[in-house]
Amino acid sequence: MSQPATLTWLAEHELRLGWRDWLSMMTAGRRSRVRTVAIALVVFAVFMHLVAWSMIGGYASTPVDPGKSVLVAVTGTLLLSFSLLLSQAMESVTRAFYARADLDLILTSPVPQRKVFAVRIARIAASVSAVALFLASPFINMLAALGGARWLAAYGVVAAMGMVAAALAVALTVALFRSIGPKRTRLIAQIVAAVIGAAFVIGLQIAAILSYGTLSRFAPLQSEWLVSHAPGPHSAIWLPARAALGDAGALLIVVAASFAVIALSIALFSRRFGEHVIAASGVSQGAVRQRAADGFRRSSAAHALRRKEWTLLLRDPWLVSQSLMQILYLLPPAVLLWRSFHEGAGGFVLLVPVLVMAAGQLGGGLAWLSISGEDAPDLIASAPISPRRVIWAKIEAVMETIAMVFAPFVVALAFASSWAALVAGLGVLIAAAASTLVQLRFRTQAKRSQFRRRQVSSRIATFAEAFSSIAWAAAAALAAIGTWLALAPALIALGILFGVRIVSPRQA
Amino acid sequence: MQRPVALDVRGLTKRFDRPAVEALDLIVYGGEFYALVGPNGAGKTTTLRMVTGLLRPDSGTITIDGIDALADPIAAKQVTAWLSDEPMIYDKLTPYEYLEFVAGLWRIAPDVAEPRARELIDWLGLTPHAHERCEGFSRGMRQKVALAGALVHDPRLIILDEPLTGLDAGSARTVKNVLSERVRAGGTVIMTTHILEVAERMADRIGIIAGGRLIAEGTLDELHHKTGKTGSSLEETFLTLVEAPVAAE
Repeated sequence: MSQPATLTWLAEHELRLGWRDWLSMMTAGRRSRVRTVAIALVVFAVFMHLVAWSMIGGYASTPVDPGKSVLVAVTGTLLLSFSLLLSQAMESVTRAFYARADLDLILTSPVPQRKVFAVRIARIAASVSAVALFLASPFINMLAALGGARWLAAYGVVAAMGMVAAALAVALTVALFRSIGPKRTRLIAQIVAAVIGAAFVIGLQIAAILSYGTLSRFAPLQSEWLVSHAPGPHSAIWLPARAALGDAGALLIVVAASFAVIALSIALFSRRFGEHVIAASGVSQGAVRQRAADGFRRSSAAHALRRKEWTLLLRDPWLVSQSLMQILYLLPPAVLLWRSFHEGAGGFVLLVPVLVMAAGQLGGGLAWLSISGEDAPDLIASAPISPRRVIWAKIEAVMETIAMVFAPFVVALAFASSWAALVAGLGVLIAAAASTLVQLRFRTQAKRSQFRRRQVSSRIATFAEAFSSIAWAAAAALAAIGTWLALAPALIALGILFGVRIVSPRQA
Repeated sequence: MQRPVALDVRGLTKRFDRPAVEALDLIVYGGEFYALVGPNGAGKTTTLRMVTGLLRPDSGTITIDGIDALADPIAAKQVTAWLSDEPMIYDKLTPYEYLEFVAGLWRIAPDVAEPRARELIDWLGLTPHAHERCEGFSRGMRQKVALAGALVHDPRLIILDEPLTGLDAGSARTVKNVLSERVRAGGTVIMTTHILEVAERMADRIGIIAGGRLIAEGTLDELHHKTGKTGSSLEETFLTLVEAPVAAE
């Protein structure tokens, strides 16, 4: 046991809290679920290893000292992953600034704040790296199994990326704090995090569409133009890629540099971090005045519910930013649509599954907000309206929002192909309805502010929603090209929904 | 003359891991202010949540204003309002919009609901904040907004769970005045509270619940009489009554 109030003692405390938080998220706070979660994790790990094998098994024989084209592709892939890590790290830093939790206790204790926040920054770096290592492990393991132990060096690169992402996230958030103040930083940082997470992937897709007419994000990374304009193979820019491929020297440099970056970040920002946390804790909401209404509007109870859902959604920029990621993914299809019109290409068929997939994901998020994220459940439950009518009104609110978001795409598509538009329109509605059904089956009682944690409250719901959307997207893609094979993924999607019906908890 | 019955509960029972409410009988008359007191975990909130339709009883009957609340919950809810100890309102709506939403849920015509809403907003001192979002409101202001929501549909029976918890003296006084006014206007109020002085001063009758059972009820004098402690405070009477069953167990 370490001495109280020392760095190691604080680190042990953070580690214990982090572990219990993770365990609680995985088991939804029920200790009886630990065994089930452990089994599910093993099954998931096996499944992911199979996926990894099918995706990258062919690359295991890539040499340690490859040509420029391989270095470009590996570096691009690392950058793609890094943008997601940075996004996640910014979320964590923002949460550390604004979550009250134990801050009152810590800030009133005689422990130097600098020490406390040095450990907090290190914890963020460790948690970002841990998640990245967990997600990358199936791919690295398969490469090591098929191509040799040298691939295990990639673990070091992933951990280094996590540390650099955390350091950069702290620097970015502190910079935002200093430039726009604590009140606006919360929202802006979360929007920036969402955009960073999506921007690089989407940027590559748009580049691919404009250059090659495909939605594949890897096409630009394999382009001759990029390879010819990239620095020479001995440039320091390729160090992370070389390290990932098993170059021990490069790995040493990358890991040492990442430790240096996080240490510098802690040295520079741990004091300011504390000051900013205090500033954030003093932020008041402030009054937001709305335009006075002209009078109460005559409406049915169901319409009042629908209007309430839309108003709450529109007035919550944080929720809008959380949905932004899903909406951002519609940009590449929009560019593809625009390009197809101009060049008469048949690429619009590719749009159908993208639209359907996006609708399924957005529908799931909106359905959670509407059905589970009810801030006044007692008011609704004590109102003279049947629970069935309440649920229907909320489903209508979700479906009408989906229709409004996707209608412009479907209408534009109709000018190119009425059949593709019909399939896309039906697919969008069905995928959104299916995700809504999943959320309905797994509905809980939660605050809207817990939106970000919805995916950990029920893993089954999250996976069912994702697989249902994928299956409907596949069905729509096959239907768009006019083959009866579309029935196969549609039947799988129906099977998923039937499975949800069986395994979902009984609703009171 | 026989008094109209606002709430008639018979044999109400609810079990979770252990019995929460057991064969509880309760009658509250129209125009009455009824306080339900009891120690923590006695079953007060569970009882009232069953009455308001938020929880399904295992057995028993609930009749509100002559309506069988279990057979026709919609009709029963139409004449009832519920206010919990934690004011549940929408941060992104203004008090005015919140009341419009509640009026919509209870299907109150706008020409009736709006003047009533304005009157309530004024009465509760919320006029300067009527068009501000509730997100920056203090607990007292949130409770006032929730109370306005409970009253905007002019319920015949108002059920409140610890409505004064966490309120400052001014807000608590406003809430008490509003409730007293409702009773004077013929409405029925049932309220749980841990503040025995409030029950002592405001309630026509007091019910004491412990271990899921109604162990005593009556006017203050009747309760004193039961314990043989005439002239003592409700606190002393309450402790005597509550500790007796515990000692018996």
